[in-house]
Amino acid sequence: MTDLLDEAARLRRGLSDDVGDRVVESLYTDAARIAGTSVDRDDARARLTVDRALDRVLTHRVWGFVAMGVLFFGVFWFTIAGAAVPSDLLYVLLVENGHAWLRGIFDAVGSPWWLTGLLVDGVYLATAWVVAVMLPPMAIFFPLFTLLEDFGYLPRVAFNLDRLFARSGAHGKQALTMMMGYGCNAAGVTATRIIDSRRERLIAIITNNFSICNGRWPTLILMGTIFVGAVVPPALAGFVAAGSVVAVVIVGIGVTLAVSWSLSRTVLRGESSVYSLELPPYRPPQIWRTLYTSIIDRTLKVLRRALVMAAPAGAVIWLIGNVHLGDASVAAHLVTALSPLGWVIGLNGVILLAYLVAVPANEIIIPTIVMLTLTLGANTLGAAPGVMLELGDDAQIGTVLVTAGGWTLLTAVNLMLFTLLHNPCSTTVLTIWHETRSVRWTTLATLLPLGLGFAVCALTAGVARLLGWA
Amino acid sequence: MAAPLPTPGVGPSPEQEPAGACASCALAPSSARLARLGLAPGRYDHVVALAGNPNTGKSTVFNALTGLRQHVGNWAGKTVARAEGGFSYGGTAYRIVDLPGTYSLLSTSTDEDVARDVLLFGRPDVVVVVVDATRLERNLPLVLQIRQITGRVVVALNLVDEARRHGITVDTRHLTRELGVPVVATAARRNEGLPELLAAIAQVATTDDPPKPLRLIHHDPALERAVADLAAQVEARFPGVPNSRWVALRLLEGDAGIEEAVRSGTLGELATPREAA
Repeated sequence: MTDLLDEAARLRRGLSDDVGDRVVESLYTDAARIAGTSVDRDDARARLTVDRALDRVLTHRVWGFVAMGVLFFGVFWFTIAGAAVPSDLLYVLLVENGHAWLRGIFDAVGSPWWLTGLLVDGVYLATAWVVAVMLPPMAIFFPLFTLLEDFGYLPRVAFNLDRLFARSGAHGKQALTMMMGYGCNAAGVTATRIIDSRRERLIAIITNNFSICNGRWPTLILMGTIFVGAVVPPALAGFVAAGSVVAVVIVGIGVTLAVSWSLSRTVLRGESSVYSLELPPYRPPQIWRTLYTSIIDRTLKVLRRALVMAAPAGAVIWLIGNVHLGDASVAAHLVTALSPLGWVIGLNGVILLAYLVAVPANEIIIPTIVMLTLTLGANTLGAAPGVMLELGDDAQIGTVLVTAGGWTLLTAVNLMLFTLLHNPCSTTVLTIWHETRSVRWTTLATLLPLGLGFAVCALTAGVARLLGWA
Repeated sequence: MAAPLPTPGVGPSPEQEPAGACASCALAPSSARLARLGLAPGRYDHVVALAGNPNTGKSTVFNALTGLRQHVGNWAGKTVARAEGGFSYGGTAYRIVDLPGTYSLLSTSTDEDVARDVLLFGRPDVVVVVVDATRLERNLPLVLQIRQITGRVVVALNLVDEARRHGITVDTRHLTRELGVPVVATAARRNEGLPELLAAIAQVATTDDPPKPLRLIHHDPALERAVADLAAQVEARFPGVPNSRWVALRLLEGDAGIEEAVRSGTLGELATPREAA
């Protein structure tokens, strides 16, 4: 069959070097002719100028970044302000009343204490917590974010960030995979398939974890609300809380760029590729459809995942809190062992244990922390071990963490930083392995963020203690 | 009442439509309804490939046809993996493959290779090219390239709602004549034009005599001679290959994928008659 190829090569030699260009040219000439005779536009100009004016602001070298900050700040502020009331309602309904009611039923049918404990105080309570803590912010945040996406704003963000990525030796499309990561890191890692160069793709995979995912937003929002927002007068609390979340996002972008830069200067050396990014037209978002799909698809999907993870985690929490080895529970032993490390990085043993329990899903960090704190700190508050205290709202979660857990503002700030900088969840790790088929890169992608988290938290803790803030 | 779609190559000659088929359409119009089969089409009769530039609404069309809810976003390149689904229309089951969005089939990236291989070697029964009505000129090169490979094409002129808002009107009848295949105006987000699109898909899928692949004339005598010369040899080597001119053109440009298909002989499979699955 090769004679055909030889013949092609012979004929090619007889042609000018720019055959490819000629072919493309005739394609475009025909396309232009057909389009010219089929399309009729009357007032197309007016519309296009609106798009252009918007783009002039949203992709401006300076104003583009300002607009980005304001838009994301607005989204978080809405989320924080809007989630407070429904969160409290769900809390009263599911955690306080639901738990007491379920416990009553179990007692009435004479279930043994350990069964009631495992199922009601463990499994049910953990899932109820997850719903109360996660559902309201997700139901507000996802639709807002999807509306921005629908409108056509995300490619503008990519456009703004492109220069920064190129300068850090990464592919401009990494800005898009980063955006995907803000929903789910596993999805973001899969999305890196749009990057052709293996070098740049690995950079995008390794740094995707610095985009805060669905599972981590609630932790940030809650910490921002009850600790950071609380240090200013109530009138400003919402703004400061939203600002603290935006600050963590910005730190995340900074870390993404810095890590990309160091990787492309060391183990993943090379030139950054050029590509063309199409800015789509701004499209009026379809509000109802967006609400529907983002609630059904994203919110409920994430919630289901959280629940599936929370139920066994609840059982684990109850078991380690109630199975005793010697004079203390397993959880107490583990917390004692982890406490020194926790102190060094400005966190505590309970938080580190929670991160161990919550490796399968970041979603359940806060419920795990609160339940562990309550189980272990219950004695100091005079309640029976394993019995949930009555917690009314977010503020009371804060009270519990402060009184029973010994939390300070430093703990909360460092937890926010650690939320950004720690190992990816097990699903993401698995996805990274699937995409890279390399144990080496998967290990790096898992341990690098964790190492950074330890370093950054130890640094802030050290500085805060040195200056006498904590 | 929408005018019947002009479909070159399947002219309304009387013996073309068996009387039974027509009678059943008229008697039981409900049998021509769309049934969305989601992910698992199971048994299927025809394969439909969905191609188009990035961000023209391919995923929206895909979702509208299959009832799936693949993530849709207003940006280019968000469909990474190839998505597949199914639907049934008029009692016939279709399997539909959503290809990554590409600007061309010139094989400059993995996406373009995937799309080209599916279109050429997958030999779908119908290729639906989703086109952005507001940017027709930029979308047409891909349509023309696909038309060079196959005549089993339906053009979905999507986003006509947006075009209307921008004061742009596209003459679909004229476009149909120019491209030699059905052009259907759609606004997939609002399910506008879907019945017409389905009818056109069904018609192209079942025809035994699709339009011939498009012959683009290159205004360069030397190139024209070389293409004609090589196309003749391609046909001599692989008798019955429907798109010999396009293959010749790709070989002249040194397309590695096509050269490989020549070497391994897979190109010859294109000549075998398609099996009605």
